[in-house]
Amino acid sequence: MQRFSEFMVGLIFGVGLILSGMTDPAKVIGFLDLFGQWDPSLALVMGGAIAVGIFSFALAKKRTVNFFGGALHLPKNDHIDKRLIIGALLFGAGWGIAGYCPGPALVSMASGQAEGITFVAAMLVGMIVYELAQRTIHKPRMTD
Amino acid sequence: MIDWAHFTPWASLSGGVLIGVASALFILLHGRILGISGILGGLLPPKANDATWRITFLLGLFAAPFVFSALAPAGYMQMPRIDASYTMLIVAGLMVGIGTRYGSGCTSGHGVCGLSRLSLRSLIATGTFMVAGFATVYMIRHIL
Repeated sequence: MQRFSEFMVGLIFGVGLILSGMTDPAKVIGFLDLFGQWDPSLALVMGGAIAVGIFSFALAKKRTVNFFGGALHLPKNDHIDKRLIIGALLFGAGWGIAGYCPGPALVSMASGQAEGITFVAAMLVGMIVYELAQRTIHKPRMTD
Repeated sequence: MIDWAHFTPWASLSGGVLIGVASALFILLHGRILGISGILGGLLPPKANDATWRITFLLGLFAAPFVFSALAPAGYMQMPRIDASYTMLIVAGLMVGIGTRYGSGCTSGHGVCGLSRLSLRSLIATGTFMVAGFATVYMIRHIL
């Protein structure tokens, strides 16, 4: 039951990404092109998602266990550091170049699109490079 | 200038609501933050007792394009438009992979979940990657 529910959440999320337009890189770049012909659609994606999310996280903060009785993993890290800023800058620049962020890229890969597959392959290499670098440097990891 | 021709308020708002519903279900039912880069990065490498939920969620996400095209009215599905070359897709993929892991999150984890739980850390991350995205598209479209 728990496994089925996780699958369904992934499915709902993915359908939401496609319906919203997030899986179309040209639409994403149309939103990021603030000083050109600006397509504000993606602001509504964020708005719609947060309008639902804000209530659910207010509720989650009052609870100690999840529906299935397991732990509720709310992030405890509230540190604003160089890692957060540099990471977000790198991510944002990559997002602007290709028009893919991780979720929509995975959906495009699954639909068999060559560009999505290429992007995801490079993204996985990037994530592995990060993991290997972390291990070499031996710094304590701060994760959300 | 607003690009009214490509503006899709209802589809984007409804897609956003679905994304919010998925994030709400994930935290309340499973006690997890729905952040794609974190879910995926946690599989590199997979850890004992921490891989199954990630995989079932991702399988649901991968099923989304097939379910969407089965449900959507004929002709609704538009082919995504991708302007970036393969070289640029690889560069962008590497940046997104490293950046999202280094900054502990992407559009879903920081942008949707983080803002919904009113995290200042995620607000700063989201502001930073949005500005980086705007600046990158400005450079590519209007300067280079």
